[in-house]
Amino acid sequence: MIEVRGISKRYGATVAVDRLSFDVRPGVVTGFLGPNGSGKSTTMRMILGLDRPDAGSVRIGGRRYRELGWPLREVGGLLEARAFHPGRSARAHLAALAASNGLPRSRVEEVLGIVGLAGAAQRRAGKFSLGMAQRLGIAAALLGDPGVLLLDEPVNGLDPEGIRWIRNLLKSLAAQGRAVLVSSHLISEIALAADHLVVIGQGRLLADTSVAELAARSTSLEEAFFQLTDGAIESQGQKS
Amino acid sequence: MTTTAVPHESRGHYRFSQVARMEWIKLRSLRSTWWTLTLTVAGAVAIAVAVGANTKDAAADLTNNVLAGTSLGLLLSGAVGVLAMTSEYSSGMIRATLAAIPNRPLALAAKAAVVGAVTFAAGEGASFVAFLAGRAAMPATVPAPSLGQPGVLRAVMLGGAGFCLIGLIGLGLGAIIRHSGAAIAVLVGGVYLAAQFVALVAHSIMPYLPVAIVANSLTVVRPIVDPIRFLSPWAGLGVLSLEAAVTLAAGAWLLARRDA
Repeated sequence: MIEVRGISKRYGATVAVDRLSFDVRPGVVTGFLGPNGSGKSTTMRMILGLDRPDAGSVRIGGRRYRELGWPLREVGGLLEARAFHPGRSARAHLAALAASNGLPRSRVEEVLGIVGLAGAAQRRAGKFSLGMAQRLGIAAALLGDPGVLLLDEPVNGLDPEGIRWIRNLLKSLAAQGRAVLVSSHLISEIALAADHLVVIGQGRLLADTSVAELAARSTSLEEAFFQLTDGAIESQGQKS
Repeated sequence: MTTTAVPHESRGHYRFSQVARMEWIKLRSLRSTWWTLTLTVAGAVAIAVAVGANTKDAAADLTNNVLAGTSLGLLLSGAVGVLAMTSEYSSGMIRATLAAIPNRPLALAAKAAVVGAVTFAAGEGASFVAFLAGRAAMPATVPAPSLGQPGVLRAVMLGGAGFCLIGLIGLGLGAIIRHSGAAIAVLVGGVYLAAQFVALVAHSIMPYLPVAIVANSLTVVRPIVDPIRFLSPWAGLGVLSLEAAVTLAAGAWLLARRDA
C-alpha cells in the first residue's frame, strides 16, 4: 500500500507536482496516467525517496521510504531504462543490488530467468537493446520480491510480444496481492492491464477511478482520457 | 510466468557490511577499475626505473626521487575515486543505489571504505614495487637506499597511503560535483596545476596542497625545509587525511540534501 498525501514539488518557477494525493492498493494494478511532463516521473521519484517533496508526505506500508529496513524487499522500482553502468554485466548489476539488501545470490539467477535474460547475463549491459534494458530494470525491481512495485513507462522500447509479457506480469503480480503502480502517457497501453486509474495533468489529480467508471464517462476510454487532460490544460489557460 | 517467493526477513535493517559488499561488487565488476590500477602501478614503476637509472647525485634523497613516479599514479587513483561516484550519475545507477540504500551518508561511507581499501592496496603495491625497481636500476656508483635504513620504509609506506587519500579526495569531489569531466578537471586543475602555480606565487600554502604533501612530505626520508618548509611526514599524513575527510563530509552533506 502506497499512500501519497498532498505532495508538491517545484523546480524553480515550474510546479511539477501540485498537492497530489492518491493511494495505490494491494491486489490491483493501478495505472498512472498523464501527458508527458505531467509530473508522473517526479511523483515516482518522490515515492522512492529520491526527490524530496516540498510539501506533503508519502507512506509505504505506513512508513516513510527512508525508514524501510530492507527497501528492495518492500518496494521495487523501475524509473528509467538503462539505470545501470554500461560497462557492467547484467548479473553483476543485480548481484550488487542483491548484496545491498542481504538477498541471496540465487535470487539473481531467478530474476534473470523470470525476465528472460539468463542467456545475456554475462554481457555488458551497455550493449543491450532498449527492450533488454527494460527487462533488466524489471529484474532489478523484482529482486527483493517486494509487495509494492512502481514501474515508470515499462513498455517503452518493447515489441508487441514484450508488451503482452509485461501486461501478464503486472496482472500476475497484482493477483499475488502486491500493490502495482504503472505509469504511461498512453491510455491504450495501460487499459488492458490496469484495474484502477490515477490520472494527472499539470501535476494535479484529475481522476482517481476504476477503468470501467472512466470508460462510462464518454464514448470510449480514450475519449474520456482526452477530455480529462484537455480540461486540465484549458484550466491552466495554456490552450488557444 | 512465475515469481518465486524469497523468504522474507522483514525485521532488521541493512548495515554497513551489506552496503560495502554492494560497492565492492560494483567496483570490481568494471574493467576500467583494473585497467586504471594496473596503469597506476606500471607508471610508478616505469618512472622509478628511469629516475633510478639516471641517478648521479648520491647525496640527494634517493628514496624520494624514485618515488616521484607516483604523481602519475596519484592522478589515476584520484580518477578511480571520482568515477566511482560520477559514473553512477552519468549512467542513472545512482537512483538504483539510493533506492536500495536510502541512508545516503552510509552509502557514501561504504563507497569510501571500498575505494579507500582498493586504492590503498594498489598504492602500496605501486610504491613498494617502484622503490625496489628504482633502487635496482641505480648505477653501482651511487649507494642505493634500502628499506632497513631510517625513514626509508616510512617513506615507501606513506607514499602508498597517499594514493588512497588522493582516491578519497577524488571520491569526495565526485560526490560534490557529480559530473565526470568537471570533477576530473577540478582534480587535475586543483590538485596538480594549482600546485605548480602556487609553488611560484604563494609559498606559505604550498606545503598544504595534496600533491605537495605526497611528493614532499609523505615520501621523504629527510624532511624538506629549504627553500620551502614542508610538513613532516606524519604531519603531512594528518593534513592530507583531514583534507580527504573534509571533502568526503562535504560530499555526504550534499548527497543527503540534493535530489538524486
